[in-house]
Amino acid sequence: MLAEILQSLPQVLVDGIALGAIYAVIALGYTMVYGILELINFAHGEIFMTGAFIGVAMLILMTGMGWLAAMPAILALILVLVVTSILTGFMGVGIERMAYRPLRNSPKLITLISAIGVSFLLQDLVRFITEYKRGNYILTGPSMFNEKFSIKFSSISSSFSDAFFKTSTLILIIAVVIMMIGLDFFVNKTKWGMAMRAVAQDRETASLMSINVNKVISLTFFIGSALGGATGVLFAVQYGTIDPYIGFILGLKAFTAAVLGGIGNIRGAMAGGLMLGILEMFAAANLQILTGGIFGAEYKDVFAFAILIIVLIFKPEGLFGKAVTEKV
Amino acid sequence: MQKLTSKLKGNKLAQIILLVLYVLVTSLSLYLAQASVTAFLLLLFSLLILYYTELPDRLKWLIAGIVLIGVIPFVSSTGPGYQSYMEVATVVGIYVAMALGLNIVVGLAGLLDLGFVAFFAIGAYTYGIFATGQAANFMPFGTFPLSGESFWIFILIGCFVAALFGVLLGIPVLRVKGDYLAIVTLGFGEIIRIVFNNLDKPVNITNGAMGLASVKPPEIFGYQFVYPNQFYYIVLAILFFVILAVRRFEFSKIGRSWKAVRENEIAAQSVGIHLVRTKLLAFAIGASFSGMMGVVFAAKQTFVDPTSFTLLESITILVMVILGGMGSVPGVILGAAVITILNLQVLTEVTNYLNQLSLDGVISFPEALAPAKMQRFIFGAILIIFAIYRPQGLIPAKNPVFDEESLKEGSKKHRKEKITVEPDKGFQA
Repeated sequence: MLAEILQSLPQVLVDGIALGAIYAVIALGYTMVYGILELINFAHGEIFMTGAFIGVAMLILMTGMGWLAAMPAILALILVLVVTSILTGFMGVGIERMAYRPLRNSPKLITLISAIGVSFLLQDLVRFITEYKRGNYILTGPSMFNEKFSIKFSSISSSFSDAFFKTSTLILIIAVVIMMIGLDFFVNKTKWGMAMRAVAQDRETASLMSINVNKVISLTFFIGSALGGATGVLFAVQYGTIDPYIGFILGLKAFTAAVLGGIGNIRGAMAGGLMLGILEMFAAANLQILTGGIFGAEYKDVFAFAILIIVLIFKPEGLFGKAVTEKV
Repeated sequence: MQKLTSKLKGNKLAQIILLVLYVLVTSLSLYLAQASVTAFLLLLFSLLILYYTELPDRLKWLIAGIVLIGVIPFVSSTGPGYQSYMEVATVVGIYVAMALGLNIVVGLAGLLDLGFVAFFAIGAYTYGIFATGQAANFMPFGTFPLSGESFWIFILIGCFVAALFGVLLGIPVLRVKGDYLAIVTLGFGEIIRIVFNNLDKPVNITNGAMGLASVKPPEIFGYQFVYPNQFYYIVLAILFFVILAVRRFEFSKIGRSWKAVRENEIAAQSVGIHLVRTKLLAFAIGASFSGMMGVVFAAKQTFVDPTSFTLLESITILVMVILGGMGSVPGVILGAAVITILNLQVLTEVTNYLNQLSLDGVISFPEALAPAKMQRFIFGAILIIFAIYRPQGLIPAKNPVFDEESLKEGSKKHRKEKITVEPDKGFQA
């Protein structure tokens, strides 16, 4: 049993890191908004999904006009990433303006319900635009970066087998690392980042220190949504097929990752995302072996939610977070 | 118009006459024009008018009973649309009971539950497994499927099993609250769905994604319940008890402690409310209504599979509660009726009409925009609009206000006279 698990371990790690990187960036969006507004932005998963659709639509359009063949693929991808992230960024700002800002002083339950509303609205909006244009809401983008590499794990020890990965996996991981380092730098080293941290600490006091709280919140939504949208494009390039309903479950798992790392904590979200991705891939590959065939890979989602529930019950502040006491 | 309403106000006889006239006209139009959905909807609308009249409560219940038990089934019974009308009415009843259950959890206790459909699924599968041959795979004794006579006991069993799962969900969940609770319950709903979807191995309990087919219909003294018009009366009977129970709970000590927990947990605890017991009760009671209706649903459809219990269903029930008004029983009933009729009747009718138009070549209408497919869009819009502009819903919740002086005097008669009703402030802050 152990030998089998070890055999597949390198591949599980590679796939897990790729998936975990996606979770990590989406989790950042949740964690940033939660840190500043104490609101679970349910629509964030949908922003990710919209990003994926915008990206694929652009790629298809560029293929149609022959641009994709004319320029190097990586340049095209960067172009698509930039445009998509700007669009989804503004979308995030718009959502905050329309659906969350009027509710800033109402009970939390109401804001949460509005967030669920936005998420449902976006799902159907994307569904019918896609279906209207293409006759089918499941979209497959043009295939890019499909060359396969292998890492020779078997040369280290014969108990491992080789891990294969596509170029797109490499691009995904590099892009995510750049985004994360950029964000970490922005939040910790720049003036705007400091303003964001100040607002997250205490909104009223921050506003007394001549910080424009509304602007900072808009900026937070912009950055979180831009990152989410860009990840959507990377996801579409990596996994090929997308539909309007991928955002919800993926967003939920990313939220799990954020909780795992301690919500409101940016580095925690990154760590939590990677951890969850690897755990999930491990479960998908090995649940069948570990339980003697009783549970199969179809239970991997149950596994992710079980982690969420266990963490929330025993360590609600997350692995890297600090416990807060509630004020009455 | 204003003159008319001011004249009607206080004049009970005029209200009764007008209501009876309205019911007569709409029933007659339904009786004569059988295919008319509008007449059917207008007839149902009479119940809302009844709610707004100033008649004494007992009379209101009596009239509502007559309309529901006698008038609606009778006048729609003569034409070809009979079963489809009764089907709609039955589904409305099922959703009303579920929405009332969720109303206890969300509206009164303030615990946002996004996996509520799981309890419905549990009820449906409880009956489904035992009323098909499926149970023979894991039950060492007894012959399966059980006969349709067992349906009546299973209503109670479904109720208890769902309540049990409500408590089971509640126990771990008690430590988290607010947004976290919403996420955890969402996860719970998904887990239940995935488990039902995959529980065909190692022992085939739920038959996986294939679902349970040909569930035994209910039976009493050899009389089988197969058609929607028969289920209509079952649902009506259960619904009667559910509404009775909800109204009793709301203004009892438990109901008041739910509201206290909703407003401020810590303050509620400090005045001596047992937090764990209160929350678990809310989960259990809410879930039990859902479980009962799950049993009815399984018997009515004679087919149970996991696709009926998705997140969309949970959100649908939530939309009903929000639209009607959180914490308000008449509101939630209205919300459930509006949303179910919108889904089952209005959207499909409009779609058919538009399809007909594009077939005739009047306008070209893309398939993608069919209103029947726009459920999520509509629900999303309703949630946002109501959250922003009308968080208290269509019929806001009301709280009785007692006059302290007259309470102290203690005379029963006195107390009854002094009770006024004032909007519940819970969701308006």
